[in-house]
Amino acid sequence: MNDPRNSPLDRTQSNTAPAGAGKPTADPGKGADGGAGAKAPVRPLKSGMSIVPSETIAGTALVFVIGIMAFLACLTLGAVSLINSSANQWQSDISREVTIQIRPSDEVGMEDAIKQASRIALSFAGVSRVEALDDDATVRLLEPWLGTGLQLSELPVPRILTVTLAADAKPDFEGMRSRLESDVPGSSLDDHRAWVDRLTTMAWTMVAIGTAIFLLVMAATVTTVIFATRGAMAGNKDVVEVLHFVGADGRFIAAQFQKHFLVLGLKGALCGAVAAIFLFLVLGVWSSQSLATPEGDQISALFGTFSLSWSGYFGMLLVMVFVSVMTAMTSSWTVRSQVNLLQDYRRAS
Amino acid sequence: MIRFENVGLRYGLGREVLSDLSFDVRPKSFQFLTGPSGAGKTSLLRLMLMSIRPTRGLVHVFGREASTIRPDQMPILRRKIGVVFQDFRLLNHLTTFENVALPLQVRGKMEADYRQDVKDLLDWVGLGHRMHVLPPVLSGGEKQRAAIARALIDQPDILLADEPTGNVDPPLAARLLRLFIELHRSGTSVIIATHDLGLMDQFDARRLVLNSGRLQIYE
Ligand SMILES: Nc1ncnc2c1ncn2[C@@H]1O[C@H](COP(=O)(O)OP(=O)(O)OP(=O)(O)O)[C@@H](O)[C@H]1O
Ligand SMILES: [Mg+2]
Repeated sequence: MNDPRNSPLDRTQSNTAPAGAGKPTADPGKGADGGAGAKAPVRPLKSGMSIVPSETIAGTALVFVIGIMAFLACLTLGAVSLINSSANQWQSDISREVTIQIRPSDEVGMEDAIKQASRIALSFAGVSRVEALDDDATVRLLEPWLGTGLQLSELPVPRILTVTLAADAKPDFEGMRSRLESDVPGSSLDDHRAWVDRLTTMAWTMVAIGTAIFLLVMAATVTTVIFATRGAMAGNKDVVEVLHFVGADGRFIAAQFQKHFLVLGLKGALCGAVAAIFLFLVLGVWSSQSLATPEGDQISALFGTFSLSWSGYFGMLLVMVFVSVMTAMTSSWTVRSQVNLLQDYRRAS
Repeated sequence: MIRFENVGLRYGLGREVLSDLSFDVRPKSFQFLTGPSGAGKTSLLRLMLMSIRPTRGLVHVFGREASTIRPDQMPILRRKIGVVFQDFRLLNHLTTFENVALPLQVRGKMEADYRQDVKDLLDWVGLGHRMHVLPPVLSGGEKQRAAIARALIDQPDILLADEPTGNVDPPLAARLLRLFIELHRSGTSVIIATHDLGLMDQFDARRLVLNSGRLQIYE
């Protein structure tokens, strides 16, 4: 206790003195920093605790909520991307083909009508192939309705010609339609435009709905994080007050909380994203196995084969990063605005 | 450094705890603030610290009227004011060393740079062997010394100490007083709230005496 030195405040003296000079020799605190001369058991100077202890933050609940939110966000993203890619697939399939339907008529024989229609179609630029559905194929097409053992020649069945277009070609469908109608009685051209339009609308609607869901999920996440941060600050009122009195600015105080919230956000988002990725993988395997069944066919008609593209999985990882960064930023922003109130003299009671 | 103009304070709708205070705390000065328990010493220190606002009158700190200070400027001013709270306000989950180093950490200093200073100061206040323990296992007097060390560590321009010797024996109180005097000599304005007459007799300094809300000054 009876230190011969004048004062520890005399920094010029204590800093230039050789290390350990003038210190009480029996001071057990000496060398406690884990540095030199570690013969005695070293007692750490530091508690290993952060200024805001992580136990004071209701972390589990927050991780759970963020996990659910990230899961929903990834699910939305995955569904939108699946629907979008199947819609694109249909669209390109459909728009590379148009069909000509010829109803049987009394004026011309069916075979003549088919030849005539093929000639007309091939005369337009951009048409690469015209193929009449042969009798066997037509019979197979009609089988579910009319049963087996069908004789086409006995029935007034319309015939279908598929017209294959060259890639990216845009033939003059209007011209083709009017020539067919005038030259081949009972024929009609279907360029699937109505279908393509409807598909495009649907795909956009899906994207819009997905975006809306995504935004709602993010809004819910932000709100949750704001409340959790306020809760954490209330739980650490003493700490915040002391920091404030020893001269910490909002940035420093916010950083103490942000550390924890970044970790919590990462944990939650990781769990959510991994769960979503796992779900899509399982669905992909399941749907490829049940491809042959009618249910499988129906589902794969809407979602494709559930095989999410790499960009879909990558998008989910982005969602994960986004969710955790947003969690950290939201909490930081919340702390700063709360600290600003604390530091405002006009609000001091 | 600090100037009060006709400052009055009441809590809620209660009686006026402080009324019509006008005084100056000059740079590099030393003063005791005294008065019976409940006279308003802590309240006056809180006014100086700008943690509460007066009901009437103006408080100037570092030449600025307190209500003109923007929230983002407040930390800069607070860093020039060291405070010893009557109830210490140490962080119970941090070691004594970390508590005392907190003001430096908050200022963005590196531990390697201040470690020795913190240890020296802790040695000097007699806490050298207690620096790695948590405050809950410190005695009242030890906590008090840790709180004092935390207030002094960055050599503030103003030191506000609320009953800094209330929990220690007279020899240690004298030693702590020497520390405050040392700080004062190095250029800090020191304000010590105390009702320990023995302590005040040891150093001839200005006395601010609070009594039923009024302030008398003995130069
Ligand atoms: N937050 C508060 N709300 C209401 N009244 C308060 C508050 N703080 C203090 N008081 C009252 O103001 C008066 C002055 O209190 P203060 O703590 O400033 O006295 P003090 O001089 O520091 O006393 P002591 O010597 O016991 O520490 C007391 O009557 C107290 O009851
Ligand atoms: Mg008091």
